[in-house]
Amino acid sequence: MSPSRANTLVIVVAVLALSAMPFLAEKFYVQFIAKILIMGILAMSLDLLLGYTGLVSFGHAAFYGAAAYTLAILTPQYQAANFWTSFPIAIGVSALLALVIGFLVVRTHGIYFIMVTLAFAQMLFFLFHDTKIAGGNDGIYIDVRPVAKIGDWQPFNLDNFVHVFYVVLVFFVLVYVLLRVILASPFGRVLVGIKANEARMRSLGFPTFRYKLVAFVIAGAIAGIAGYLSSIQFGAVNPEMMGWHLSAAVMMMVILGGMGTLTGPIIGAAAWMLLELGFQGLPKIGGIDLGKHWQLWMGSFIVLASLLLPNGLLGLGATLLRRLRGNPDA
Amino acid sequence: MELATFLIQLLNGVQYGLLLFLVSSGLTLVFGIMGIINIAHGSFYMIGAYLAWSLTGALGSFWLALPAGIVLSVVIGMLLEWLVIRFLYHRDHLYQVLLTYGLILVFEELRSVLWGDDVRGVNIPRVLSASIPLTDTQSYPVYRLWISAVCLAVAGLMYWVIQKTRLGMMIRAGASNREMVQSLGINIQVVYRVVFAAGLALAAFAGMIAAPVSAVFPGMGSQVLIVCFVVVVIGGMGSVKGALIASLLIGLVDTFGKVVTLEVGGFKVLPELSSMTVYVLMAAILLWRPEGLFGKKL
Repeated sequence: MSPSRANTLVIVVAVLALSAMPFLAEKFYVQFIAKILIMGILAMSLDLLLGYTGLVSFGHAAFYGAAAYTLAILTPQYQAANFWTSFPIAIGVSALLALVIGFLVVRTHGIYFIMVTLAFAQMLFFLFHDTKIAGGNDGIYIDVRPVAKIGDWQPFNLDNFVHVFYVVLVFFVLVYVLLRVILASPFGRVLVGIKANEARMRSLGFPTFRYKLVAFVIAGAIAGIAGYLSSIQFGAVNPEMMGWHLSAAVMMMVILGGMGTLTGPIIGAAAWMLLELGFQGLPKIGGIDLGKHWQLWMGSFIVLASLLLPNGLLGLGATLLRRLRGNPDA
Repeated sequence: MELATFLIQLLNGVQYGLLLFLVSSGLTLVFGIMGIINIAHGSFYMIGAYLAWSLTGALGSFWLALPAGIVLSVVIGMLLEWLVIRFLYHRDHLYQVLLTYGLILVFEELRSVLWGDDVRGVNIPRVLSASIPLTDTQSYPVYRLWISAVCLAVAGLMYWVIQKTRLGMMIRAGASNREMVQSLGINIQVVYRVVFAAGLALAAFAGMIAAPVSAVFPGMGSQVLIVCFVVVVIGGMGSVKGALIASLLIGLVDTFGKVVTLEVGGFKVLPELSSMTVYVLMAAILLWRPEGLFGKKL
């Protein structure tokens, strides 16, 4: 069985196992897994830039937050927005924003790209943090979840956490398949070529600026899907959703899992969320509340992981597997 | 706008710009010479401000706190370079960003453990607490003038060290060819450690002298870091001259953006959207010169 076949099999089994979760687990865990899946969508979209196109975007949370804020603004007070209109509008806003920011940032390279993406994302963060739009720095509640009615028929009810879980799972699978298709297409091959050697791709006649811009817009739109789903799950938005701590966390998920693969970001998202939960749950020892200062352990973990795990958990797993088979050089 | 008001805002803008220059010059020097992008640089500004607050309390005088704070931040810089930064020289920028982001979380949390999460204030030292009257109602604080003067002096000192001294020669040579400098018998590891510690001390010093005019609060580091990124993008990464000009430009644009009123088609643009002005400036520069005003052509 080829590696990609094996990969597909693992994914299918995992999704089937996940779809049984609402029957087995308590509400907290069902919601926690939905959150991991949402972060998985976000991390996969960033990996399209980071791992496949070689664009180190440090402002990816902007597009996630933009879609969430779009839903919050479209939702009338004490009434529900329409899922079938608000969803495409929210994703459209994220894509449009990615087009405008991308048009400016994609012309820069390397270290500039990192700083400029961060700066533009922070600009949006301050726009929502410092002005009164949608609740200012406190954010705003989405009192009533969007209603997904077609005529009189309601296929799912977003007030029900089990329905939310399945909606998230369906989008997770759709995004995974979409990215697989994109990456296997000639367009995807060009992106990988740009990462390997942009000058050579340009001399072969590919307009690399346009390719990178399209990749940036696709990644932004998918990040918007994650942001929309997240605002549905939690029923609230706040400026932190576009803040750089989220951008850095997503980047860390991609690296932690292993960039340049689609399974990597998913594993990274799960590992990251579990770590966060674990550190926050640390006990009090001798009057010192270890859990309260979980950011300290998270920060130390990031420092160590970026020194010791350059190829992520998948890379570590592959190395260990090779060692077990007695072929350390392979 | 009246002349006195204009003068006050002009001086404020220049003072803010010069302070920004102290912080961003450290960022751009460490990148230009060592090839390291250190996003924990803003944390050093915050650490400086908190050091000024706690040392002024402990030693009883701002004037004793300043030298003590500088010595402490140089020691922290050397330790940090030895502990983690030296493993980053041959690594991709991505890992440099991640590792130093991890450092931000560590520093923020240590600050919370050591000094708490409250907003603190440092008094303006008595010698400089006077104000110069400009009109019957408006005056300008001497302390702000002192900040500008000190920043200019530090900028001059930096120029002298880099251009005129033996250490500066080693630094410049190390920036252009690390291996060659090493084979000439110069310990480049030590030079790098000194540069990193100096960059950290610059940011911390800026935080210390800014503490009496701005509050000392959690998150002040990330605020200044983002503005420094804008400075470096506009000025050109690695260029100290670019950092100086871009800092002044941003200081003035930001300050006047907050006091000027501007309406476009009946919609109030300034000062409502004043927090966006520097980013708009950055976007304009990016369209015109993606490598910044004084950066190397990409």
